[in-house]
Amino acid sequence: MAGTGKAHLRDSPDVLLRIEDLVVEFPVGRTGLKVHAVSGISLDVLRGETLGLVGESGCGKSTTGRAIMQLPRPTSGSIQFEGKELTAMTGDAMREARTRMQMIFQDPISSLNPRRKVRQIVMEPLNIWKRGTDAERSQKVDGILEEVGIDPMRAAESQPHQFSGGQCQRISIARSLVLDPSLIICDEPVSALDVSVQAQVLNLLEDLKAEYGLTLIFIAHDLAVVKNISDRVAVMYLGKICEVAPSDVLYESPAHHYTSVLLNSIPVPDPEVAVTKTSIEGEPPSPVLPPPGCRFNTRCPAVQDVCRSEEPQLRAVGDGHFVACHFPTITPVELTTR
Amino acid sequence: MSTQIQATARDIDGPLLELTDVTTHFKTPRGLVRAVDGVSFVLDRGKSLGIVGESGSGKTILSRSIMGLLPPRGTVRGGSIKFEGREIGNLGRKQMRGVWGKEMAMIFQDPMTSLNPVMKIGKQIAEPLQIHLGMTRQNAWATAERLLQDVRIPEARRRLDQYPHEMSGGMRQRVMIAIALACGPTALFADEPTTALDVTVQAQILDLLGEQRRDRNMSLILVTHDLGVVAGHTDEIAVMYGGKLVEKASTRGLFANMKMPYTEALLLSIPKLEDRSHTRLSAIAGRPPDLVNPPTGCRFAPRCPYAADKCRNEEPPLIATAEDPGHLYACWYPVGSAAYHEAKVRIANNKAGLATAASAAGGN
Repeated sequence: MAGTGKAHLRDSPDVLLRIEDLVVEFPVGRTGLKVHAVSGISLDVLRGETLGLVGESGCGKSTTGRAIMQLPRPTSGSIQFEGKELTAMTGDAMREARTRMQMIFQDPISSLNPRRKVRQIVMEPLNIWKRGTDAERSQKVDGILEEVGIDPMRAAESQPHQFSGGQCQRISIARSLVLDPSLIICDEPVSALDVSVQAQVLNLLEDLKAEYGLTLIFIAHDLAVVKNISDRVAVMYLGKICEVAPSDVLYESPAHHYTSVLLNSIPVPDPEVAVTKTSIEGEPPSPVLPPPGCRFNTRCPAVQDVCRSEEPQLRAVGDGHFVACHFPTITPVELTTR
Repeated sequence: MSTQIQATARDIDGPLLELTDVTTHFKTPRGLVRAVDGVSFVLDRGKSLGIVGESGSGKTILSRSIMGLLPPRGTVRGGSIKFEGREIGNLGRKQMRGVWGKEMAMIFQDPMTSLNPVMKIGKQIAEPLQIHLGMTRQNAWATAERLLQDVRIPEARRRLDQYPHEMSGGMRQRVMIAIALACGPTALFADEPTTALDVTVQAQILDLLGEQRRDRNMSLILVTHDLGVVAGHTDEIAVMYGGKLVEKASTRGLFANMKMPYTEALLLSIPKLEDRSHTRLSAIAGRPPDLVNPPTGCRFAPRCPYAADKCRNEEPPLIATAEDPGHLYACWYPVGSAAYHEAKVRIANNKAGLATAASAAGGN
């Protein structure tokens, strides 16, 4: 099929999450049209790995994160988590599976119940699942609050509005950890924070990941932030994956023209280098009527006729480095068929 | 090819904007919030100034104080704001109406909510032209079309008849810029103009602002939290912290030779593309000060790794560096000074001491 290909998927016993041909579409009113939010992407995440998902708004990165949680259920495709197919799960099995994967959202203040005490908010998942005795729950919650840098005494007395944005994000992180999940999906967790606080939260995520042996999916639009925290990065554009590579490789030698454009568009905090940059024209087309062929063809600086009719498949251009482009900036290596 | 409408010339020789000890305080149930607390600087005609700081630093309130866009109730203002030699700090809303549009204009962060959703784009651009410049409706709409072309909106004529919801975020921000430029202002304030936009669109909008500034010989005041944005698009940078101006210099001068430890810490806390992944970030401990009870002495002292007793007791004045009279900073022990290096050594020793203590404790 004219998907974006699966050449980049790995055969490893350590695969924690495997997404294949994920499609998410939303109806547009009663027009019969559809928003093609995610159009056939495949991804995998190994245990202990951090996968970064980057792209501009409307590229489907958040929809992908939510589709993994089955919120809402994807239109089609397969999502295997810890060896079990999530799309086929219902009721209690799904609820149980969701304890193993947790989400952290962009706006830390509105993702906490404003009328509850912070300690209660963090404790609630344990109460719902009746984990341990009261004493054990208290001990666990206080331990995790300490870990994320929130005073448990203060948390017991205070509501979310009494904490700053950065502290609320720490509380969200604490809440996501209490059920000992194996996967945490972070959807723009630091984009609402000031840079000085953003650095604190990113460092905290790295520390917790090491300590709890977590696997992270880190969704963000800020490429420098994603590079800092990720082992592997997937660049998305208009519901498709353009390029997948180990973090350092992607930023050193981007193979997709869109990745290069993204990297060139970032304002660099150095007046000596900031002057010569060129940006591309236009904005992403509507996901209701995505262009045929390569979805980037309307803005691509290297577009040719074939790009407007044939969709490129993901091909290897290096070790663990895959690109979906007919004319990548790096010559593809011919892989023996998998 | 730009639609240039000259504002009436006044005091051409002096600086465009002169702030002296500007304060803006708000009365709240918790007490007086000292949002802007004694800021002075001078901006020359045609220059672009970046005002940088984190949330709560007072950067937005400062720009709104200059524009006279603050709620009249509960606001206590002080100091002097001179625009083209004329005091505007004490003007009321009615008098400011003569200044807005023709002399100063502003674009805001959120292009979605700054436009009137039930008014056609054309009317929103034409209205200030008719009111401030007394144009006829026909003239105003023709000018509006040229303005849309100036901000590179394709099919300008068709767009005039559209409503904001029919446009993308980037297009709406272009419309906002067209409205702000309509009456040919001498100074354009842009408060986080690209924060709500995607990175590729952000680059386009910043380039557009720079180009229009040069074409119209207009001053641009760019208010942002992003040091990357100001680095490439301003002549000068003012760094704010806790309602105070803590450093001001030419953009090149600031990045080449930053004096204030806060500026340095801010730059170091940003993840950099050239660093390898998983590089540990140097975060600034703690959080910005409470502006109801700001710390005595230097307001950054509680978070400053190099702070000494003097910093906690005495407020440092804003002084110029020895090399460059235009480079101002407020710090007792600036980056590069002997005391700063001593503090660095002290911190390194403390860390090493803690590590040995910890390993000794672990050995027991």
